[in-house]
Amino acid sequence: MSWVLLAEQLLNGFTLGLILFLLCAGLTLVFGIMDLVNLAHGSLYMMGAYFCATFTAMTGSFLYAVPLALAATFVLGLIVEVIVLRNLYTRDHLDQVMATFGLILIFNEGVRQIWGADGEVIPLPAFLDSNFELVFGIVYPTYRLLIICVGLLVALGLYVLVTHTRVGMLIRGGASNREMLSALGINVKQLFTLIFGLGAALAGLAGLMAGPIEQATIGMGERILILAFVVIVIGGIGSIRGSFIAAILVGVIDTMGRSFLEDFLSLVMPANYAETAGPALSSMSIYIVMAAVLAIRPQGLFPPRTG
Amino acid sequence: MVTDQLTTAPSTTPAWVSVRNGTGLAVLLLYALMPGIADIFDLPFYLDIFSRVMILTIAAISLNFILGFGGMVSFGHAAYLGLGAYAVGILAYYDIYSGWIQWPVGLAVSALFALVTGAICLRTKGVYFIMITLAFTQMIHFLFVSLEEFGGDDGLTIWNRSEFDGLIDLSNDLTLYYTIFVILVLSLALVHRLVNSRFGMVIQGARSNEPRMRALGFPTYRYRLAAYVIAGSLCGLAGILLGNDTEFVSPSDMHWTKSGDLIIIVVLGGMGTFWGPLFGALAFLLLEFFLSDIFIWWHLIFGPLLILVVIFARGGIDSFLGQQNGQGR
Amino acid sequence: MNEVILRVRDLVKHFDGVTATDSLSLEVLKGEVHAIIGPNGAGKTTLINQLSGVFLPDSGTIKFKDADITALPGFKRVHLGLARSFQITSIFKNFTVRENVALAIQSHAGHSFKFWRPARNDSQLTEPAQALLERIELGDRGDVLAGNLAHGEQRQLEIAMALAGDPEVILLDEPMAGMGGEDSDRMVQFLSSFKGRHTLLLIEHDMDAVFALADRITVLVYGRVIATGTPAEIRSNEEVRQAYLGEDEAA
Repeated sequence: MSWVLLAEQLLNGFTLGLILFLLCAGLTLVFGIMDLVNLAHGSLYMMGAYFCATFTAMTGSFLYAVPLALAATFVLGLIVEVIVLRNLYTRDHLDQVMATFGLILIFNEGVRQIWGADGEVIPLPAFLDSNFELVFGIVYPTYRLLIICVGLLVALGLYVLVTHTRVGMLIRGGASNREMLSALGINVKQLFTLIFGLGAALAGLAGLMAGPIEQATIGMGERILILAFVVIVIGGIGSIRGSFIAAILVGVIDTMGRSFLEDFLSLVMPANYAETAGPALSSMSIYIVMAAVLAIRPQGLFPPRTG
Repeated sequence: MVTDQLTTAPSTTPAWVSVRNGTGLAVLLLYALMPGIADIFDLPFYLDIFSRVMILTIAAISLNFILGFGGMVSFGHAAYLGLGAYAVGILAYYDIYSGWIQWPVGLAVSALFALVTGAICLRTKGVYFIMITLAFTQMIHFLFVSLEEFGGDDGLTIWNRSEFDGLIDLSNDLTLYYTIFVILVLSLALVHRLVNSRFGMVIQGARSNEPRMRALGFPTYRYRLAAYVIAGSLCGLAGILLGNDTEFVSPSDMHWTKSGDLIIIVVLGGMGTFWGPLFGALAFLLLEFFLSDIFIWWHLIFGPLLILVVIFARGGIDSFLGQQNGQGR
Repeated sequence: MNEVILRVRDLVKHFDGVTATDSLSLEVLKGEVHAIIGPNGAGKTTLINQLSGVFLPDSGTIKFKDADITALPGFKRVHLGLARSFQITSIFKNFTVRENVALAIQSHAGHSFKFWRPARNDSQLTEPAQALLERIELGDRGDVLAGNLAHGEQRQLEIAMALAGDPEVILLDEPMAGMGGEDSDRMVQFLSSFKGRHTLLLIEHDMDAVFALADRITVLVYGRVIATGTPAEIRSNEEVRQAYLGEDEAA
């Protein structure tokens, strides 16, 4: 195990963590303000990737496709909100879970009918499809560095949004209270639709950035959605800061576990046991972290306000 | 104050005679007669379909106990189906076929998993609970995907069904079918007794208003955890039956969408009702069977249908069979 | 009559930077009706919630009958004889009136890990339940769904559920909530009938009811006690008039 490899895997963990964060930010916005659990958030992530694949094929360049795909997921978010989700804000979480589960079925089957079951590769332009030499001889894919930069920029933008704007004030107050919002003279319906659109665009961004790495596939949304849930549970619902820290934590632990746990275990136990235990434990690692955090702090690391 | 409650006229029919109970008993009768029907019309695969319906019904009965009566929205119930089935499969893999070992092990593993995860999940509430139960199921799913020894993603074929020497021969399909049927009926009865016992009153009270229950002096956490373990074990039993019935187990049996299916079954049937899981499972599987037969893209119909049901038709199938007193939402 | 049954010392509770309970000390005497009044946001319900164990104070102590219960889980306090009712009617609306009371009684009839016998025709529960219903004059309403009761009756049932187990002290969070005229007169009568049998600590906005019922009154403002005394003393207390009653009369 060399230090260069370790650094690379650490960066991979960061990449995953930042993608997770984009997803969690949308979930937290929507949950914090509208009190809505949206299982179909992962579907918007998937749609971001598929839109990007199509637009890349149409325009011939990933770079043109990015803004188009972002706009498309934003609009898709608005449509979904207006047709389905706005009917669910006052419902209990079980109803929301069921209806958004229905949305997942629609999205997955819809994608299968339109794009087919095989998945779509998103080609990168040459200058992104290269390696970049960092310090100490660490060579890292340029595209992944870009993801890290974009992720950090968006995180910064969200931080400003949450701490310095009125919308952010509502989020921090955990305002799921419609009357309070209308009392402030805000058009609640429009605001909710826009916030949902923003969350959708963030999910779409995460999806289209992940697309070139792992290609767009059906079911990619749900896999990462459940990871995002783990992040939110660890970080504490309704806390952007908690989501960020937990997302990085989960991204790094998951990536490092998959890369090194088996090697590490073979130091302390016979190799054939380590061969079985390594993958088993690394696939469970983040859930074990989640369980440990919850056992100590049932509300997550950064609990929402009470009272 | 005299007439604000309708006094029911004295009637000659006992209280249990109702459309609802008639329908429920008719469904049970249908299941009981299904082998004969399949034989007459020469449709042997109906036996497979209906044994699957009955197994899912048992799983749904157990979920209904904690979700419908206990208000615990568990999105992780499929884990127990998988654990039960894998207990059978893994023991069989090591040439241990005795049901006297397989079944208790399956039940114990399910109960233990419910105890450990429930102890953590039940410290949280609401949407946290949904997410965490979902995450733990996913953990178990990935665990079995990573276990190459037991087939990993491809699953594990179970070459022999559980052996109960001298007692019963499950290798006979008809015997297995009726074993599942009997366990289904017993599960219905068991949950009915549980729900109406002192224990059940506490569980139902904690669903409606947990702070009040604590203010009455009930340590609600331990009762809910007990209910969670009971439900997990019962669903584990369904998993044991599933392994025997399909003679195969794979991680996809505990995929998180299966947990979603179980929730849909319980809600479609009517949460917190006696017959709900029976109606829900039958409706769900018939829908899946016939829709997917006609359209391979049946999810494009089922998805919107689900959304419409959630938005417009609350209360499930059970509520179409007339008013019910005392229970339910 | 002068024995202190509930003693609160220097209780402090912060929420989000707001001090909801501010070094609050209070003594409740055995057998008295002790009312806590104060303007909205004075921290009255927060106090009840700490006394009943819904949440723990940041600092300070709560003693009940000489046992320190500051950190005791809420459900255990009930079994020591410290029960409560809620401002928001917290009865089980899908249960009948008798089932509601029977559930309260079940809590005091040993553990509930009893999985088999139907609770609804368990005479160990239904008979005491009926007796309690007779006592609160709802004896003929036992089979009605609690959700179908009139508002006044629901409030009565709400409080009756705290009576199961015959607690020494009952914390009443706005027993008259949402009541007017005749209903609140009846509630005052109902609560007076508790005198001698239970010690009452009640929060109430209805001043007529408070002055009719209370032996002593404590006034809270911004989480602090500004005065404690007999109704007559409170009426004539200048600080109280300024902080609270004056304001109330002007309105």
